[in-house]
Amino acid sequence: MSRGSARASWEAEMWRPTLRAALRAGGAGVGGCRNAGSDSGKAGSRVSAELIEHLERLALVDFRNREGVERLRAAIEFADRLRAVDTTGVAPMESVLEDRCLYLRADRVVEGNCVEDLLQNSRQTVEEYFVAPPGNITLPKQSEQDPVTQN
Amino acid sequence: MAAPVLRGARAVRCWSLGVGPRRTRALFAESVSGRGSRRSSAAAREPRPGAHEWAAVVGLEIHTQISSNSKLFSGSQVTFLAPPNSLVSFFDASLPGTLPVLNKRCVEAAVMTGLALNCTVNKKSLFDRKHYFYADLPAGYQITQQRLPIAVNGSLTYNLGGGTHWSPSATKTVRIKQIQLEQDSGKSLHDDTRSQTLIDLNRAGVGLMEVVMEPDMSCGDEAATAVRELQLILRTLGTSQANMAEGQLRVDANISVHHPGEPFGVRTEVKNLNSIRFLAKAIDYEIKRQIEELQNGGKILNETRAFDEKLGCTVSMRDKEGKQDYRFMPEPNLPPLILYDAESLPVAADPQQVVNIDWIRERLPELPSVTRQRLVEQYGILPEHSFALLNEDGLLEFFQNVVKETRTEPKKVIGWILTTFLGYLKQQNLAVSESPISPSLLAELLNLLDRKAISVPAAQQVFEELWHNKGKTPGQIIREKKLELLQNQEELEEICQAVLDKHPQEVTAVKKGNQKVVNKLIGLVRRATQGRADPGRIKQILEKQLQ
Repeated sequence: MSRGSARASWEAEMWRPTLRAALRAGGAGVGGCRNAGSDSGKAGSRVSAELIEHLERLALVDFRNREGVERLRAAIEFADRLRAVDTTGVAPMESVLEDRCLYLRADRVVEGNCVEDLLQNSRQTVEEYFVAPPGNITLPKQSEQDPVTQN
Repeated sequence: MAAPVLRGARAVRCWSLGVGPRRTRALFAESVSGRGSRRSSAAAREPRPGAHEWAAVVGLEIHTQISSNSKLFSGSQVTFLAPPNSLVSFFDASLPGTLPVLNKRCVEAAVMTGLALNCTVNKKSLFDRKHYFYADLPAGYQITQQRLPIAVNGSLTYNLGGGTHWSPSATKTVRIKQIQLEQDSGKSLHDDTRSQTLIDLNRAGVGLMEVVMEPDMSCGDEAATAVRELQLILRTLGTSQANMAEGQLRVDANISVHHPGEPFGVRTEVKNLNSIRFLAKAIDYEIKRQIEELQNGGKILNETRAFDEKLGCTVSMRDKEGKQDYRFMPEPNLPPLILYDAESLPVAADPQQVVNIDWIRERLPELPSVTRQRLVEQYGILPEHSFALLNEDGLLEFFQNVVKETRTEPKKVIGWILTTFLGYLKQQNLAVSESPISPSLLAELLNLLDRKAISVPAAQQVFEELWHNKGKTPGQIIREKKLELLQNQEELEEICQAVLDKHPQEVTAVKKGNQKVVNKLIGLVRRATQGRADPGRIKQILEKQLQ
């Protein structure tokens, strides 16, 4: 199984060409990262505005400002150091628990029946149901958002 | 595997019973729809080989609820109909600090199902998280098996003729891509008036098996038959009750059309199908819709559609923007699932902690396809009959109990079971378990018939009487209604002679050579005996007396 499967495919697409070039040049860090966040949509930029928007929709996080985006870029750079190790022909580790035994539970009913405790956590309930808005509310597009988050 | 060829928008029937393309062409020689032909004659059209032929491709994703006492990763109860949120543990509500603990029964159920579908059971499989946001998924992700599922590469064989015109050539196979374990989500009740959704997490975390069928099917009939066969297999194994109406079996269909020889077209996904009948209808409609759309120069969008039962059509369901990115990642709280077989079984293992594939394989019950074959050999009945016996819950057992208690040949019993008994059940929409007639009663009746104590029409009368008046035995009814066959030879001869005496013209006609009049005389004798004489015997006696 390829290394890319456990990591987001967008990452593999964006980083690999330039990273390899940087590594060949002998640099441990990623050379082209200096302008991270300041170019939106430019080809080859590290963390584009589209990427930020995509991540914000997927994970419902708010990068909020340039500092947040920079922190993201730094985190990606940190993780990318893994690529410095040559893993050709080595099977990937799927889990740090891989040599543990997966415990199998007997099929007995031992939990449940605590509706009052659970409903305590919800601000709004209707007759023992949790209340949610009707369907997912779509996020506004990037252009409609606070200009501070745009770079 | 070549998909049958469909000619135009009208040709939605499956030509799967050995009808070749040549015959198809002859049947659908005319151009398709008015709009289409006008269009094609107006625009310049380059004649491509097979340009008027369409092939449809149908793949299925089936989710079945595992029949178990507790949920997949928690100890909450699994049952139908309970007060909202009463079968929910802290883990099911995804409160922080809770962890998943795998249910052994669910693993065994998946292994059994995999073996029954000829799959390779992976001795190592992995759990992943599939992320998306929806109110009935409190964790924001579903634990599933995307990278390495528990079973792969199986097959399911089904027969299109079924209980009406079974034939060996109508046997088809669909490949099973994989079977994976995953969690079910909770239930959302949409309250549009108050613009809110009510969430019940009773179903959240219940174990599901997702069975992915490759796109080897080509129409609604094939898909419906395959699903029906899967249902029977699951019920036989006991791994799922597979009741579509109760949501224990959910089917999503992926449908696309293309010209034979060209690559597959864009596919749509049809969801919200809650019966096998609607599954077939929805698929056939969608195939027709796609063909019409493409013939009119339109495009098929890769979208999700729902089936509107009342209108009998599929409607677009798109409320999400673009393709979902589920951000699959390994489930960090669960080590790989390791299964063993007889060879790899660890020596000093705790049996509770070990799932042995060979042990499970040895204990698999007899599968429907094997049962059908066995019944044909054991009872000398036709394949259609054994198919019909398995198709109705409890019917096989009923049949076998009747056969046990009667001397009548199974071949004759099957007629009574499939025509008379099943007919009465269907008329009043009853299940076999609700039948007012027990196997013993029917056996008793058939014994009387076999001994020639009553005639066949009389037996039908007795059956009707037994059905509507519980508590009476066949013997009682026969005595009450005086339905016994007249056995006394002398008495019969007397009656026959009396009839002959009363109808001298007919006697003369027979003596002159008119054989048809004999039937009239038989009818008269029957009436005189109030239906209590065997027509064969009457004929014998009359023929003797007429000489």
